[in-house]
Amino acid sequence: MASIDAAFLALPTSSLADAALSRARQLGASHADFRLERVRVASLALRDGQLDSSSDDENLGLAVRVVHEGAWGFASGIDRTPEAAARLAEQAVATAKLSRVLSSDPVELADEPAYPDASWVSAYDLNPFEVAPAERLARLAELSDLLRGAAGVDHVDASLMQVLENKFYADTAGTTTTQQRVRMHPQLTAVQVDRANGGFSSMRTLAPPAGRGWEYLTGAGWDFEAELTELPELLAEHVKAPSVAPGRYDLVVDPSNLWLTIHESIGHATELDRALGYEAAYAGTSFATFDKLGSLRYGSPVMNVTGDRTVPHGLSSIGYDDEGVATADFDIISDGVLVGYQLNRQMAAAKGLGRSNGCAFADSPGHIPLQRMANVSLQPSPDSRSTEDLIGGVERGIYVVGDKSWSIDMQRYNFQFTGQRFFKISNGRLAGQLRDVAYQASTTEFWGSMEAVGGRQTYVLGGAFNCGKGQPGQVAAVSHGCPSALFRDVNVLNTVTEGGR
Amino acid sequence: MTSTTEAGGTTIQQLVEQALALSSVSGCVVIGEELTGANLRWAGNSLTTNGQTHSRKLTVISMVDGEQGTTSAAVSRAIADPDELGALVAASEAAARAASPADDAAPLIEPYPHSDDWDAPATATGIEVFSDFAPALGRAFAAAEQADRLLYGYAEHLMSSIFLASSTGLRRRHDQPTGRLEMNAKSRDLSRSAWAGAQTRDWSDIDVEAMNADLAKRLDWSATRIDLPAGRYETLLPPTAVADLMIYLYWTATARDAEEGRSVFAASDGKTRLGEALAPLGITLRSDPAEPGMPSLPFQVVTEGGEESVFDNGAPVAATRWIDGGVLSNLQRTRNWAERTGQPHVPFVDNLIMQGPDDADAKSLDELIAGTERGLLLTCLWYIRTVDPQTLLVTGLTRDGVYLIEDGKVRGVVNNFRFNESPVDLLSRIVEVGRTEKTLPREWGDYFTRTAMPAVRVRDFNLSTVSQAS
Repeated sequence: MASIDAAFLALPTSSLADAALSRARQLGASHADFRLERVRVASLALRDGQLDSSSDDENLGLAVRVVHEGAWGFASGIDRTPEAAARLAEQAVATAKLSRVLSSDPVELADEPAYPDASWVSAYDLNPFEVAPAERLARLAELSDLLRGAAGVDHVDASLMQVLENKFYADTAGTTTTQQRVRMHPQLTAVQVDRANGGFSSMRTLAPPAGRGWEYLTGAGWDFEAELTELPELLAEHVKAPSVAPGRYDLVVDPSNLWLTIHESIGHATELDRALGYEAAYAGTSFATFDKLGSLRYGSPVMNVTGDRTVPHGLSSIGYDDEGVATADFDIISDGVLVGYQLNRQMAAAKGLGRSNGCAFADSPGHIPLQRMANVSLQPSPDSRSTEDLIGGVERGIYVVGDKSWSIDMQRYNFQFTGQRFFKISNGRLAGQLRDVAYQASTTEFWGSMEAVGGRQTYVLGGAFNCGKGQPGQVAAVSHGCPSALFRDVNVLNTVTEGGR
Repeated sequence: MTSTTEAGGTTIQQLVEQALALSSVSGCVVIGEELTGANLRWAGNSLTTNGQTHSRKLTVISMVDGEQGTTSAAVSRAIADPDELGALVAASEAAARAASPADDAAPLIEPYPHSDDWDAPATATGIEVFSDFAPALGRAFAAAEQADRLLYGYAEHLMSSIFLASSTGLRRRHDQPTGRLEMNAKSRDLSRSAWAGAQTRDWSDIDVEAMNADLAKRLDWSATRIDLPAGRYETLLPPTAVADLMIYLYWTATARDAEEGRSVFAASDGKTRLGEALAPLGITLRSDPAEPGMPSLPFQVVTEGGEESVFDNGAPVAATRWIDGGVLSNLQRTRNWAERTGQPHVPFVDNLIMQGPDDADAKSLDELIAGTERGLLLTCLWYIRTVDPQTLLVTGLTRDGVYLIEDGKVRGVVNNFRFNESPVDLLSRIVEVGRTEKTLPREWGDYFTRTAMPAVRVRDFNLSTVSQAS
C-alpha cells in the first residue's frame, strides 16, 4: 500500500497555511484557501536507442486564493516561511481589490462539508521515483530494442514521462487534505523511411498513459513486449496499404481511438465553465449550453457517459479537489440525453446545482484552480458484445485503432481525427489495412449514429497527460474509459487528397 | 520594473555560482531563472480570475566523461534556500552517472566576449503593470455593455531573468519581458464574434480603445450572414493566421529529421530540400535575436534535450534566414549534428519574421481587401494539428469571423470552416504579400509571442468542411 512521501510530509504545511489563512481573515477575506504543492516530472527520451534527453523537474511552491468583497484574488510564490505565506495572502487580497472594480458578479461558493486532516493516495505499487535512474533507462532501452533491427524499421523513438504530485490544501472552513498521485506515460514509435523515393511512415504503441507506478513498465496493466513484437509487421502492412477512397463508411472505433473523440467532443463540451463562457476567448464555449440541460439529445439511446474522479488508475482521480470537495462519480449523459455538467463550487452555486462534483484543479502552485475534467467515460453495454461482433455487423466499413491527429472547433461541433491503424471491413470481416484515413463529423450527428457499444470486456481506460486549458495555460492529466463502438455512415476523408495531391 | 526577492539573502546569481562550485563532474551547466508574472482574465464584461506569481528555478546539467562517451542529465528544482543546492547538484550528478552516453554530446561552450551585466539584479513585474490598462479595460467594459456587446479576454505580463553559468567559465544573463493581450468581442446572443491580439514588452504601447473600436467594426461586418459551402477559395490570411502556420513550419525545420528522411524537408537519397524554391514570390522567413521591437534570447538555453541539445547551452544565437528570397536556406542543427554532418551549427531563435521582397511598398490589409474581386478574409486559425507529417498537412478551424469580400468591400460574415493545408505547400500558392507588422499568434501565443508577419493572399485555400461554431 503506497503512502505519502515522507519528504513532503516533513514540509511545514500547517504553519504556512495558518499564516496565510489568518492573514487573509485579518484582511477581510470571506473565503481563503492555501495550497502547498510539489509536482515532480521526470522525462527520458531515446532516439534509435541512444539517450536523447534525461530531465527531472520539481516544482514546489505555495498558492493563496481569496474571495474578498465578492472578488477573487490569487498569488503564488516559493519562499516557505510563515512571513512569505502571509505576504502572499496580502498580494491575493490586493489583486482581489483590483479585480473588484472590474467584476460585476460577486463570487459565491456552493456549500461543502469540512474534512479536517483528510488524506488520499492513488492506486499504485511502486513510486517510479524510487526506481534507480539506470534501471528506468535500461527498461526503456530494452523496449526500444524490441523494435530496433526489426525488418522495415529504420528509426525508433522511445520516451517515458513519470509524474509524482503532492498537494496539501487548507481553507478557512476547516478542511485540510494531503494527497499524492503517481502517473506514467511510455511511448514507442517505429519509423520506416523510403530512402530511394523520399517519404516515411510511422506507427506508435497503443499503451495509454495510466495512473500507475513503475509496475506499469513491468507487466501490470499492459503487455509491452506483446505489442512491440507485433508492431513492425503492422507498420510494414501499413506502408503498403492502399489509400482510402473518401466517402461515407460505417466505423468500428477501438477504445484506443475513441477515448480522444470522447475527450474532445464530450469531455470539454460538458465543462460548465465553458458552457457559461468563461473559456470563450481561449478554448471556446460549448454547444451544450445550460438551457439544454435535461433536454439535449447528445447521441443515440445506447450512449451513457459518466464523470468520475475516483476510478482506480484514472489520471484525473483524486480524493479531494482543489476547493476541498470530496470527489465522486456522476452522470453526464444518460440514454443519449445531457443530464449533467462538470462543476466547481462557484459554477455549482451560480446555477443552483447543489454541491460541486469536485472538478476544480490547478496543475501547479503557480496557477489558480480551474474547472478541470473528471475521467469522462462512455459506459459499455450490459451484454457481452465483442469488437468482433461489432465488426461482424458491418458490410462496408473501417475499424479505427489508435489515436494520432485531433482537432475540434471552439464550440465542439466539427471534429476531425486520424489514427494509428485503419483496417478495411468487408462483409463483416477485416480485410487488410488502409492508409490516409481521417474521419470527420459534427458531435451530435456522430454520437447519434452510434448504433451499438461493446461489452465490459472491450472496455479500456485511455487518456492524456497534457490536456490544455485556461489562461495562463494549464495542463491536466485525464483518463477516458470506453468500449469499442459501432457508428453508421460517417464521413471519411483521404488526407492525401485533402493536401491537394 | 523592480527587483525580485532574494532566497535567504542570496541572489540568484550567487545561487547559480554556489551550485556550480559544488559540481564535481567533468562538465556542468547551471541555469537559474527568476520568473514573475501578473495576469487578468475576463468574460462577459467582468473580470473572472487574476494572479501574481513568482518562481525561482535552478537547473543543473551534469556531464560525465567515460570510456563509452559523455553522459548527461538535467535536474531542476524550485530553490527557496541555499541549503537546497547540495541535494540538487547531487541528484543531477547521480542521474548523469546512471545515464548511457548522450547522442548529442559536444564540448561545452567556451567563454566569448559579450556585454551582459551578470551582477545586475533580476528584474520583476507585478500587478502594478496594469495600472493604466485596468482602468482602460473598465471603460471598455462599460462601452461594450452600452453597445450590447460582451468582452472576453486575457492580459498577461511575464518577466524572466535567466542566468547561465558553465564549468568552462562562461557567464551569460538575459532579461526577457513578454506581454500579450487578447480581446474577444461577441454580440449578446454570442452569434457574432471578433478577436484581436497584441504582443507587448511593457504595456505602454497598448491602445485598448483602438482595439475595441476595431472589434466593434468587425462585429458590424457580421450584421449580414452569408452561408458558403466548403471548397477551395481565394483567401486573405491576416498576420496572426500566417504566424500560426509559419510557427508550425519553423518547429518542424530541424536538419537531423530532414537528413534522416523523416520530415517534410527531407528529399530522396538522404538529401534535404535545402536550396529548393518553396515560395515563388520571393518571401523571406527569418529570425534575429536583435530584431528591433521584439528582441529575444541572444544565447541558447536548453534545459531538456531533444530537438535542441543541452551541450549547446550558452552558444550565441545569430540572425538566421530560414527561407531567403523564397528558397529554403537553413534548418536548425545542434553542434553535435553539425560536427557529424560537416555543416554549420544553427540554433533555434525565439522570434520569427516573414517579409515579402518589397516590404516597404507592400499593401496594408485594408488595401489587400480593396484589391479583392471575390475572396474570403479570415480573422484567425484555431486548433491546428498535424495530419500528415510527410507533407506537414495540418488541420484546424477558422474562428471569430470569416468575411466574404466582393468588389473590394466586405459583404458580410460567412460560416466557419475546417481547413486542411500544409504551410510548406501553401507558400507556393501565395499570390500577394502585404506589409509586415508585429502580430500575436492566436493559437501559439502561449508559447511563441514574438512574431512579425504580413497578410497574404492565397489561391485555393482548402476549406474542407463547414463548422457550425459561431
